[in-house]
Amino acid sequence: MSISSETATRPPGSAPAARPDTPDGGAPSRRRRIRAGGAGRQMHAGWLTYVILIIFTIGSLFPLVWTMFAASSTNTRLAQTPPPFWFGDDLWNNLDQAWNTANMGTALINTVFVAGTITLSTVLFATLAGFAFAKLQFRAKNVLLMLVIGTMMVPPQLSVVPLYMAIAELQWTDRLQAVILPMMVSAFGVFFMRQYLVQALPTELVEAARVDGANSLRVVWHVVFPVARPAMAVLGMLTFVMAWNEFFWPIIALTQQNPTVQVALTGLGRGYVPDQGVIMAGALLGTLPLLIVFAIFGKQIVGGIMHGAIKG
Amino acid sequence: MATEQHSAAPPAKGGAAPRPQRGGEPPLTPEEKKLRRRSLRYRLDTKFSPYGFIAPFFLFFAAFGLFPLLFTGWASLHRVSLHSPTDMEWVGFYNFTRLLGDEFFWNALWNTFIIGVIATVPQLLMALGLAHLLNYKLRNSMMFRVAMLTPYATSVAAATLVFAMLYGRDYGMINWFLGLFGVDNIEWEAGSWTAKIAVSTIVIWRWTGYNTLIYLAAMQAVPKDLYESASIDGASRWQQFIHVTIPALRPTILFTVVVSTIGATQLFGEPLLFGSGTSGGADNQYQTLGLYLYEMGWTNFNLGRASAIAWSMFLLLIIIGLVYWFFARLIGRSTGSKGA
Repeated sequence: MSISSETATRPPGSAPAARPDTPDGGAPSRRRRIRAGGAGRQMHAGWLTYVILIIFTIGSLFPLVWTMFAASSTNTRLAQTPPPFWFGDDLWNNLDQAWNTANMGTALINTVFVAGTITLSTVLFATLAGFAFAKLQFRAKNVLLMLVIGTMMVPPQLSVVPLYMAIAELQWTDRLQAVILPMMVSAFGVFFMRQYLVQALPTELVEAARVDGANSLRVVWHVVFPVARPAMAVLGMLTFVMAWNEFFWPIIALTQQNPTVQVALTGLGRGYVPDQGVIMAGALLGTLPLLIVFAIFGKQIVGGIMHGAIKG
Repeated sequence: MATEQHSAAPPAKGGAAPRPQRGGEPPLTPEEKKLRRRSLRYRLDTKFSPYGFIAPFFLFFAAFGLFPLLFTGWASLHRVSLHSPTDMEWVGFYNFTRLLGDEFFWNALWNTFIIGVIATVPQLLMALGLAHLLNYKLRNSMMFRVAMLTPYATSVAAATLVFAMLYGRDYGMINWFLGLFGVDNIEWEAGSWTAKIAVSTIVIWRWTGYNTLIYLAAMQAVPKDLYESASIDGASRWQQFIHVTIPALRPTILFTVVVSTIGATQLFGEPLLFGSGTSGGADNQYQTLGLYLYEMGWTNFNLGRASAIAWSMFLLLIIIGLVYWFFARLIGRSTGSKGA
């Protein structure tokens, strides 16, 4: 025991080594260089770093900001030679036209329903399977886990023809279940939840609940779900974004009569809408809900992607 | 409740195992019977519940992933029309041999490859650099991260419509900007290379931030003492990046390369909406495999050939996957024990 406690002092020891650079008491340059290098990520950024990051931030946000400028402009305004760098006066007019020509109202309601259902089922099934893969013993577990990972590599193009035949047979064209059912589970979700639960859920906790006489469902409800909640929330947000933006299959399965947002936007982009501002207003309408989600939960989504990545 | 269970944990390990041994010949009291029944139920539960938990995923996967995958292979051996998809006429490998002599197929394959390279290589290099910068101690670092991830929340459709306008010939923002430097208006959509570059930038714009975050996460997991010993050895920041960060990130880089390759192979929405129609430009100059599949099935009504295209995409991915796997092993072996 005493041996292990000695080795255990090393990790905490390395942390204070990085800390002293706050009270910088004019240390000799040699020492400072070692400290600066040793701290790795603790190194302070120079002004050039900020300049580069700000340029990329502008590059990331500008197309979205410009969408708003364009969505509030007429064609004449968009054809000016320095292009408009500010809002015009026609936002409501353009939104109104986009709403009516592209069936945007139906599209938004449909997409909320589709993406919401997909998110709920994906998170539920991914948590159950992720828990089993993380903490339970069963035969062929590793093979099955490899299969889950392998399915992430199969492109959706490989299923559209049979799925199209199926919905043609069932006369499900334009029905929302046609785009919901094939998306109800996700291999990424299973893998994501497994990676989280392996670390976050102590095996003793599960065993203890078992000894107390809890059956598997009770264990899931009272032990797994409470522990998994943060990861479920993040997976939910990621899934919602993916489901909202799902493109290939909905384009095939739905028409403009009962579209999702992406289908409606496709119709808008490929139709004969003479007004560029109207098209941009449609793009804005279809993106705004997700941008609001991002504004509120951006930090959690960033954290979720980074967390999922570490073991990726 | 959680703490209560936690305190009960230690006996759990020892307690479960010895019990069956004790229950031998001697008379069974009702209480022991009850215990035994309970332990049977317990064992059935622990044995079968894992399968119950994974069943929904695998059932849905079998129905909407595996079965369609195999059926697409079956359909690719038939003549199937979009108008009557249930009438399948056996044609053997005719659809595949037709593809081999089909210039549009080779064109689409070439375009997919070129756009994939232009979209992926700069994107991952930029992501690597940005992650390195974000790994410094920054003010507002979360703000930068969220801002760079925002394009990820923009759908393919919305992003492509916006970029198609930015790349407009006469009034597009990009031509205006280049005009400030004396560049004449470029016909982005009409040119072969310009269109491929334009389509690639949409992909780059949407995915750079996402890959940046993945690299950043991996960089933060690099043990700090590696940097410490490197700097004691006198390595500059750049040398540390090359000799410490990049080798430590190798598995992550491989992961992002694989994911990006899969994404590039299926590229569809960007070329579909960048112009008008399913042909990917007047000369098919940016028609990708995904788009050609769609055109074959839903514009030319030939589902059998579309299935053959889908399966060639799949075979292509398998080949690429094997090549990557081979390289990963090669690199892993030449640099020794670094876990990959």
